[in-house]
Amino acid sequence: MTVASFSALAIVTAAVLYLLALVFHTLEWALARNVEATVTESVAADGKGGVALLDKPSAAPVPSGKADTYARMGFNVTILAATADLVGIVARGIAAHRAPWGNMYEFVTTAAVVVAALYFLGVWKWGLRWLGLPVTLLGAILNGLAATVFYVAVAPLVPALHSVWFMIHILAAIVSGAAFSIGGVAAILYLIQARAERKGTVKGYLAKLPSADGIDRIGYRVLAFAFPLWTFTIAAGSIWAEYAWGRYWGWDPKETWSLVTWVIFAGYLHARATAGWKGRRAALLAILGFAMFWWNFIGVNLVFAGLHSYAGI
Amino acid sequence: MADDSREELVDKVEQPEVDEDGLTADDPGIAGSRARRPAAEVAPPGGLRGSLRFAWAVLTSMRTAILLLLLLAVAAIPGGILPQRPVNPFAVTQWLAAHTKLGPFFDKIGMFDVFHAPWFSAIYMLLFVSLVGCIVPRTAVYLRAARAPAATPPRTVSRMSGALSYSSSLSSDEVLSAAQTSLRKRRYRVRRVGDTVCAERGYIRELGNLSFHVALLGVLLAVGFGSLLGHSGTAIVVEGQGFSNTLTQYDDFTAGAAFTGQLDPFTVKLDAFHVRYETGPVQTGAAREFKADVTVTDPSGSLTDSIEVNSPLTIGSTKVHLVGHGYAAVVTVRDGNGNIAYSGPVVFQPLDSNLKSAGAINVPDARPQRIGLEGYFLPTASVGHAGPVSLFPEALNPQLFMTAWAGPPRVESGEPSSVFTLDKTGMTQLTQDGDLLRMQLSPGNSFVLPNGLGLVTFDGWKRWVKLQVSSTPGMGAILAFVLLAVAGMAVSLSVKPRRAWLMVDGNQVWTAGADRVDGRSGVGADVAAVADELGLERPPPEP
Repeated sequence: MTVASFSALAIVTAAVLYLLALVFHTLEWALARNVEATVTESVAADGKGGVALLDKPSAAPVPSGKADTYARMGFNVTILAATADLVGIVARGIAAHRAPWGNMYEFVTTAAVVVAALYFLGVWKWGLRWLGLPVTLLGAILNGLAATVFYVAVAPLVPALHSVWFMIHILAAIVSGAAFSIGGVAAILYLIQARAERKGTVKGYLAKLPSADGIDRIGYRVLAFAFPLWTFTIAAGSIWAEYAWGRYWGWDPKETWSLVTWVIFAGYLHARATAGWKGRRAALLAILGFAMFWWNFIGVNLVFAGLHSYAGI
Repeated sequence: MADDSREELVDKVEQPEVDEDGLTADDPGIAGSRARRPAAEVAPPGGLRGSLRFAWAVLTSMRTAILLLLLLAVAAIPGGILPQRPVNPFAVTQWLAAHTKLGPFFDKIGMFDVFHAPWFSAIYMLLFVSLVGCIVPRTAVYLRAARAPAATPPRTVSRMSGALSYSSSLSSDEVLSAAQTSLRKRRYRVRRVGDTVCAERGYIRELGNLSFHVALLGVLLAVGFGSLLGHSGTAIVVEGQGFSNTLTQYDDFTAGAAFTGQLDPFTVKLDAFHVRYETGPVQTGAAREFKADVTVTDPSGSLTDSIEVNSPLTIGSTKVHLVGHGYAAVVTVRDGNGNIAYSGPVVFQPLDSNLKSAGAINVPDARPQRIGLEGYFLPTASVGHAGPVSLFPEALNPQLFMTAWAGPPRVESGEPSSVFTLDKTGMTQLTQDGDLLRMQLSPGNSFVLPNGLGLVTFDGWKRWVKLQVSSTPGMGAILAFVLLAVAGMAVSLSVKPRRAWLMVDGNQVWTAGADRVDGRSGVGADVAAVADELGLERPPPEP
């Protein structure tokens, strides 16, 4: 078995494992059906002042037997999936004798690993286990797409990509994208939780999630990390474009849509500081930005012919 | 202590009022517990001045900024979907041909050059006016706030939202000075007012925020400056030939309105152009290396250098980039009288990734009839049922496929014409054996034109490169502003500005905190940590 086919096998394995973890997390959510709202912040909640909310924004443990078992299984399988993903990516890099992010297949598999890494960091530092379902869903979709639609055989790079910027620009884009994805799913969960809170129907798994405000704050933190990195991605892309194509900005579809994504997240940040836009509308902007990022990556690459189409895909 | 006397002096500086949330009127648009809108926005006063003030307040408000940002995103979308003239004029022509009803309408409203359209410019100009109108007053506020001492609480700390009470066995003085030290260790700016310790940190966040927005403005101005004074053009250079940086040698050239006409004097001679293609099974035909060996001559002398895709040539303030390449067929045409009417390389334009290239050879000086040739150069030729195709971009089996036209000599009008297409007016296509004449030539071969019109010889082939020669003054400033923007943004999104208060009231110690930007995110941890350090205890909760 060659290193390249081993890499492909590892990525397919990762996709299947993410899917398995997704099933476990789905069972976890479904089996928490009868849990009532018993959310307490970890330190005394006296009014809206609140103290030390970021220490453990997860609920006090509520005995729910099977749900917890599936949660643990899901988390463990996620670790296996992320490991398989990482092994696949490293093997791909070895097979290609270069950093493994030269085409869509490699970009997407690396993005899935970064999403998982950010998730593990969140679990370790801030107890964000409730992100398990959306993260495994993302991992399954990304690796699944990679293994089925985006797969291309290992090949060296075209001359335009021979540059140190290859490592810098693309890696920044991958990490930003992963962070945008987590921020986007947090915004979706925020909308769900906020609606339940408004209607007074916070039960089942929603009772195990932090309050809508808590989810909103975590989403903000992730996006506040992603946005400067995305700005840097665009800046690094411009610097590279000046070397490679002779102009730092040419309104290539990829450049244009990157700017659209940037502007939407800028709108999100402004919205969070504006009465009437904070909360629901800001979350909608975050979700729109998240969708725009993936459209920029997938749609623009496949639908429009531009300077960013490399190796056919 | 020296500290106290400095603090006394500083006490005299006017302090902004702090409300129960720990926020002052200076705290930028926080959508926390209450809406904060300038009165001018809520109820417009009468009269022209009042209306203008109202309009300005609306323009510089956050809400308008959000709407303008979203409008900018929406406006950019057609530019990212429809082909754009500055990027790909050929695609625009194709689109117009394919959409005969919608095309002209879109053209009229500027959809094929969105980013130079007046409506697009209006949006981002309005956005920048809004930005400047918001940033300037905020800078003034910041200059004042950055030097002011930490804010006093409104009346008592115990009445603030989120205030917590602790009990302590230490004396009030001990608690207060220990609190001061502990907070100073945590990089707070601290002062003591009677029995309350006031602390504030994170001043640099607003500096980052302001720097970012100013840097955006800087980018806009630097880009404008570069466009106004810069120039850019391309030139196709065949191996063995050269390019001199004068206006007449450019194939196309654009410059900003303030361009002085001064071009750096230099010559670039293309000695050789190396291309390597993938021959393996994966991505066969993909380019692997492009390298142009050149000799550069400028007033200081001559040197050899190489241009590659990611390493342009820099000569003075001018940059030379490699932006394209292709094949040129070297052809000699002898006319009916036996004279050489044309000889030299003819640039053919690539049509596909295997470099099937199209070109035309105009021979107006041939006698008795002038000749025109039109056709394809195929680096690795193969004739299939779809006609001649190229199977690989390298010249493994180079062939020239051409048709010929002839007509009576024409008076030279001096009108410029394209070197890539043949103007067939006044010429008829040649036929042979009842069918249109088609010639298929390998290097070294010749073709005899019928009726004694002449002889066409395919001598060989050469490569050509397309060089982009450009100069953008102030690009360093653009880079500096972009980096400043990224740094400012990183600071403004990571630093958390916050205030903390600690008050001693008999045996009770009250603490309160406020996060000035986000509301309830971390300041409580600081205050709780300080309380811990001081050995304060929370009283047991009410039964």
